Amino acid sequence: MIEILELLDKNSQLSPKDIAVMLGIDEETVCREIAAYEKTGVIVGKKVMINWQKTSREFVTAMIEVKVTPQFGKGFDQIAERFYQYEQVKSVYLMSGSYDLALQIEGASLSEVALFVAEKLAPMDTVISTATHFVLKKYKEDGLMFEQPEKDERQVILA
Amino acid sequence: MNSSNPSFTPTSLMNPKLVNLPPSGIRKLFDIAATMEDVISLGIGEPDFVTPWHIRNSGIHALEKGRTQYTSNAGLAQLRCEIAKYMKRRFNLTYHEANGVLVTVGGSEAIDLCMRAFICPGDEVIVPLPSFVCYGPLAELCGAKPVYIEMKAEDHFKLTPEALRQAITPKTKLLVLPFPNNPTGSVMTREELMEIAKVLEGTNVMVISDEIYAELNYGPERHVSIAEIPGMFERTIIVSGFSKAYAMTGWRLGYACASPEIIGYLTKLHQYAIMCAPTMSQFAAVEAMANGDDDIAMMRKEYNYRRRFIVDGLNRIGLTCFEPLGAFYCFPSIQKTGMTSDEFCSKLLLEQKVAVVPGTAFGACGEGFIRISYAYSIDHIKQALSAMEKFVKEHAQ
Repeated sequence: MIEILELLDKNSQLSPKDIAVMLGIDEETVCREIAAYEKTGVIVGKKVMINWQKTSREFVTAMIEVKVTPQFGKGFDQIAERFYQYEQVKSVYLMSGSYDLALQIEGASLSEVALFVAEKLAPMDTVISTATHFVLKKYKEDGLMFEQPEKDERQVILA
Repeated sequence: MNSSNPSFTPTSLMNPKLVNLPPSGIRKLFDIAATMEDVISLGIGEPDFVTPWHIRNSGIHALEKGRTQYTSNAGLAQLRCEIAKYMKRRFNLTYHEANGVLVTVGGSEAIDLCMRAFICPGDEVIVPLPSFVCYGPLAELCGAKPVYIEMKAEDHFKLTPEALRQAITPKTKLLVLPFPNNPTGSVMTREELMEIAKVLEGTNVMVISDEIYAELNYGPERHVSIAEIPGMFERTIIVSGFSKAYAMTGWRLGYACASPEIIGYLTKLHQYAIMCAPTMSQFAAVEAMANGDDDIAMMRKEYNYRRRFIVDGLNRIGLTCFEPLGAFYCFPSIQKTGMTSDEFCSKLLLEQKVAVVPGTAFGACGEGFIRISYAYSIDHIKQALSAMEKFVKEHAQ
């Protein structure tokens, strides 16, 4: 049921019971569906969204555009795997357009990220070129605004 | 310049009809709530969504383009055309795109216009209760006598043909049909409206159908307007607006749909009183009507989740509640607490900091009920429900 996924996508804290009530179905069905989604890898995990910019944690994020030579019979999948095994690599996407793979990388400092790209990514024999773009500020992620948390601005009125 | 008459008191000159109107019953409660911190409100009757961005952006675009002049009295031709298309698309109603639609300042203005356009002193206006607070007072200011019909919990707060038949007299001029209903959340089905239409057949009664919540309908059937019932089109004025469907309350934009003859008279009145509705709001509304169907669907879905959640919660804590199929309100009974609605609401506010509206604010027959708005996030509703559960337990008899 796509609605179960939509609800969890917005609020992973909802219990199966809450979801059952909100959808007007029974709790057992919800539990069964969620278990099936977890088993088949539709639900990959549950996490909390944190705006690290507001904490004292030192970190930088970079987007790396990578051009590669696809491998015969394996396309881009094997190269992508060699990238995403690194724990510094937070996301990997295969792209259409002027480059092939987009990587999101996190590190403690600019130099750490730059060194990682220079030493680990660029030298791979399938990599043709890389371009590193550092993130200066995060405004919105996964549908959530980072800069202006939602507040109830409604005034008291009889309506 | 002072008047030479020392006993001159401007307020003594006020229209006694205005002076004698009862004050809003919930002002007091709201005033107390305003002085408290961390109040968990379930009291507000407006969407918690912000107007979708593409609609806001059209308003901004209108300002950037310098569209700061009046529009024609009836509203932008493009907007009236979009409204006519919308009425056809959503409710299968055919209005003349140039002369069958009037753009107003909120649905409220349209209601006021209808009252003033039809009422002569001594006329009677039938108002089913509980319902939104404006109908009776506006009718009274025009010199009409409001005739109230008390809808009952056992009828799920619907208007019954028997009750209507008993209320109609030779003096009846208007019937207000406030469905989907604020505060109860009740809706009227096509079959029920056909029964109402039968009673009106052969009378000289016009219907003001306030359908501001038409898009917030959660039943198996889509919203049906009484104007769609055979024989009713000519005697119905549909009053609606952008506030609830598109989360556009602050833009103050509504409309009336009727036959060109009636719209002509409403426009005459509107032109003297208002001139025209705000121009940038009208440009935003064009975008809403043309490209906003998905926004409505998204918000309706979200309200429906909350509706099921809160109705389940209220029934579980013993504030029994029939299933409301429209708007974003439910109207649970508090009778088992032995308290009056007023008592319940003030104690709940003072003891648990939860603000809800007493049913009596919407008519005396709302005694024993409270209005709860679910235009709030699930987490907020959860918090309010657990505070109410505690309250109900502490006051169990």
